[in-house]
Amino acid sequence: MLWDWGYALEILPVLGQAAIITIEATLLGFAMAAVLGLVFAILRMLGPAVAWPVSMLIELVRSTPLLIQIFFLYFVLPKFGVTLDAFTAGVLALGLHYATYCAEVYRAGLENIPRGQWEASIALNLSLYTTFKDIILPQAIPPVVPPLGNYLVALFKETPLLSAIAVLELMQTAKILGSETFRYVEPITLVGALFLAMSLVSAALIRQVERALGRRFVR
Amino acid sequence: MTLDRATPMVKFAGVTKRYGRLTVIDGLDFAIAHGEKVALIGPSGSGKTTVLRMLMTLERIDGGVIWVEGEPLTHVERGGRLVPADARHLRRVRGKIGMVFQHFNLFPHMTALKNCMEAPMTVLGLPKHQAAERAAELLDMVGLAGKKNHYPSQLSGGQQQRVAIARALAMRPKVMLFDEVTSALDPELVGEVLNVIRKLGAEHDLTMLMVTHQMGFAKEFADRIAFFHRGKIEEEGKPEEFFGNPKNERTRQFLRAVLDAV
Amino acid sequence: MMGIRSIAVMLAASLALVAGLSTTEPFRTFMPGLIEGAWMTVRIALVGSLLAVLFGVAAALARLYGPLPLRWLARAYIEIFRGTSALVQLFWLFFVLPDFGISLAPFTVAVLTLGLNVGAYGAEIVRAAIGAVPRGQWEASTALNMTRGQMLRRIILPQAVVAMIPPWGNLFIELLKATALVSLITISDLAFKAQEMNQTTFKTIDIFTLVLLIYLAISLAITIGMRLIEGAASRGLARGRAH
Repeated sequence: MLWDWGYALEILPVLGQAAIITIEATLLGFAMAAVLGLVFAILRMLGPAVAWPVSMLIELVRSTPLLIQIFFLYFVLPKFGVTLDAFTAGVLALGLHYATYCAEVYRAGLENIPRGQWEASIALNLSLYTTFKDIILPQAIPPVVPPLGNYLVALFKETPLLSAIAVLELMQTAKILGSETFRYVEPITLVGALFLAMSLVSAALIRQVERALGRRFVR
Repeated sequence: MTLDRATPMVKFAGVTKRYGRLTVIDGLDFAIAHGEKVALIGPSGSGKTTVLRMLMTLERIDGGVIWVEGEPLTHVERGGRLVPADARHLRRVRGKIGMVFQHFNLFPHMTALKNCMEAPMTVLGLPKHQAAERAAELLDMVGLAGKKNHYPSQLSGGQQQRVAIARALAMRPKVMLFDEVTSALDPELVGEVLNVIRKLGAEHDLTMLMVTHQMGFAKEFADRIAFFHRGKIEEEGKPEEFFGNPKNERTRQFLRAVLDAV
Repeated sequence: MMGIRSIAVMLAASLALVAGLSTTEPFRTFMPGLIEGAWMTVRIALVGSLLAVLFGVAAALARLYGPLPLRWLARAYIEIFRGTSALVQLFWLFFVLPDFGISLAPFTVAVLTLGLNVGAYGAEIVRAAIGAVPRGQWEASTALNMTRGQMLRRIILPQAVVAMIPPWGNLFIELLKATALVSLITISDLAFKAQEMNQTTFKTIDIFTLVLLIYLAISLAITIGMRLIEGAASRGLARGRAH
C-alpha cells in the first residue's frame, strides 16, 4: 500500500499550521499588490515623464521570474543595509510581482470610465483628488473585482515559492516532513489537495461576486 | 421505391419543433414538388426560417418526419419502423440540399474561389483542377469572374452573397434553400442578388425554397406562396391568387402591413 | 500594451546592458556560467512550450468533442493543473512519482510539469478561441455537408488560431518565468547558476542584476516573436465582414 492513512492523518495538523502561514502570506502579499497596483495605474496616467519609468519597471517585473525576485529581495537588500526576515522578503516579492498584474486590471477599469465623467468633474470644478476618490474610483473598482480575485488565487498558488528561502509555509513543511521520514507521497499529495480545494472554493466565490456585480452594474 | 416527378422532392409530415416550452413549428404538413419554387412569407417569429434550418439539419426536429425524394432525412426505415439515422445517412441525404444564409457565412480565410472549392474537394473528393474549374464557372455565372482571388472582406455584401450562392451550387444540390438572402444587404445591392436567383430559376431545374420579405420578387418568381403564422401554414396558393385575393384575415393583415411599408 | 517598437528598443537596451556589463569586472567572471544556465533555461522553455501547445490543444478538443469519459478526463486534467501550484506539481513528479516506480530524469520532469501546467491554461484559451468563431461558420460548413473533422481542420481552427496567438504569447512568458522553478530540482538553469554563484562569491547584486536582465531579454524576444507571428497570421486571414 503506497498511501498510509495513519501517516497522512498524523501530519495533517502540522500542515494545517503551515497553511496558516501560507494564507497570511497570501493576504498580506495581495493587500500590497492591490494597493501598489492602483498606485502604478494612477502614476501611469500622469503624463509620459512618470508613466515611462513606471511602465519600464512593470515590464521588468512582469517579464522575469518571481523566484529570482524573491532571491533578489532576500539576498540583495541586506547589502544596502535593509535586512528582512524570509517571510517579509517573500511577501514583498509576491506583492510587487502581482502589483504589476493588478496595475493592468486597474488600467482597464479606469479606461472604461466614460470621458463624460471626467468632463463633468471638471465642469463642477472638483479637484483631481476628489475626482479620483469620489467619482472615478467608485465606478472603476467594482467591475475589476473579479479579475483581481483571479490574481488573488494566482498569487496564492505561487506562495510555495517562498519555500526556496525556507519560509515554513505548506510546501517547505511538506518537504521537511518528507525528508525526515523519506515518505513524500502523503505530504506533497496533501499539499496539492489543499491547494486544489482552496482554489476551487475561491473560484466559486469569484463567480458569485461576478454574478452579484453583474446584477448591480447592468447599464 | 420509384422516383418519378410525382414523388415530392421534399415532404414535411407532422413535423414539430420546440424550444423549451415554446412550440415554433406545430405539426407541419408540407410538400414541395420537383423543380417547384416556393416562397415562405410571414411575420418574424412565425417559424419560416426554422423550416429551412430543419431541412438543412441545422435544427433537430422534435416530432414527425422530413422526406427528401421519398427518403426520410433524419430517420432510416428498419423493420418497417423509422429510427433515428446515423451520421452517414444524414450526410448522404443532406448532400441533395444546399443553403444560402442571411449573413452569407463565407469563410473569411479563403478567397472567393477557395470558398467554392473547399467542400467539393473535401466532401465530394473532386481533384483540385476540377474543383477550380467548377468554382470558376459558377463565379462567372454569378457575375464575379473578376473577383475570384478576392477575400470576403474585400467584397461588397451583394458580391459576398453571390459568392455564397456559387459556393452552395458547387455541391450540385437538387434543392436550394434561401434564408432571407437579401435582408442583410444595402437596398441598392438587393437587385444583383435577386437577378442571380432569377437566372438560376430560368436555367436550372432546381427546387427552391426561399424565406423572403421581398413581396414583389416572391410574386414574380415563385410558383407558390406559403404564409406562415405561429408555426403553421395559414394560407398557400399561386402568387396571383394569394396576392390578388387572400382568403385569410391574418394574411390580409400581414399583406397590408408589408405592402404599406414599401 | 506596449508597441512592438518600444519592446524592440527595450530588448536592444537590455542586450546592450548585458553585453556591456559582461566585459567589465567582476561581471566577466560570471558570464560564461550564466550563459550556460541561460541556454538550459531556453531549452527547457522551448520543449516545455511545445508540450504545452500539444497538451492544450489535445485537452481542449477532448473536452469539447471527445466521448464522455475522455471529456471528463480532460476536465479533471484542466482543473487539477490549474487548481494546484506549479511548484507542487513539480515536486510531486520529482519526489512522489518515484514511489510509484516511475523515475524520470530531472529534465523530463521539468519539461513535463511545465508542459502540463501551462497546457491546462492553454486548453482554456483554445476552447475560448474555438467558441469565438461565429456560429454561421459551423452552419455553412454543415450546409456544405462537411464532416465535423473537416469543419474543425479546414474552417474553424484556421480562424481560431489567430485569436489564440496573443494569449499563448502571454502563456509562453509565464512558462519562461516558471522555468526558474526547475532550479529547485537540481537542474542547472539560469536561476540555479545564479544561486550557486551567489553562494560561492557573494557578489549578489552583480549576479542577480545580470540574471534579471537576461530573463528580461528572453521575455522580450518571445513577445516580439509572437507579435510577428500574429501579424503574419492576421494578414493571412483576411477577416470578412460576414457574421
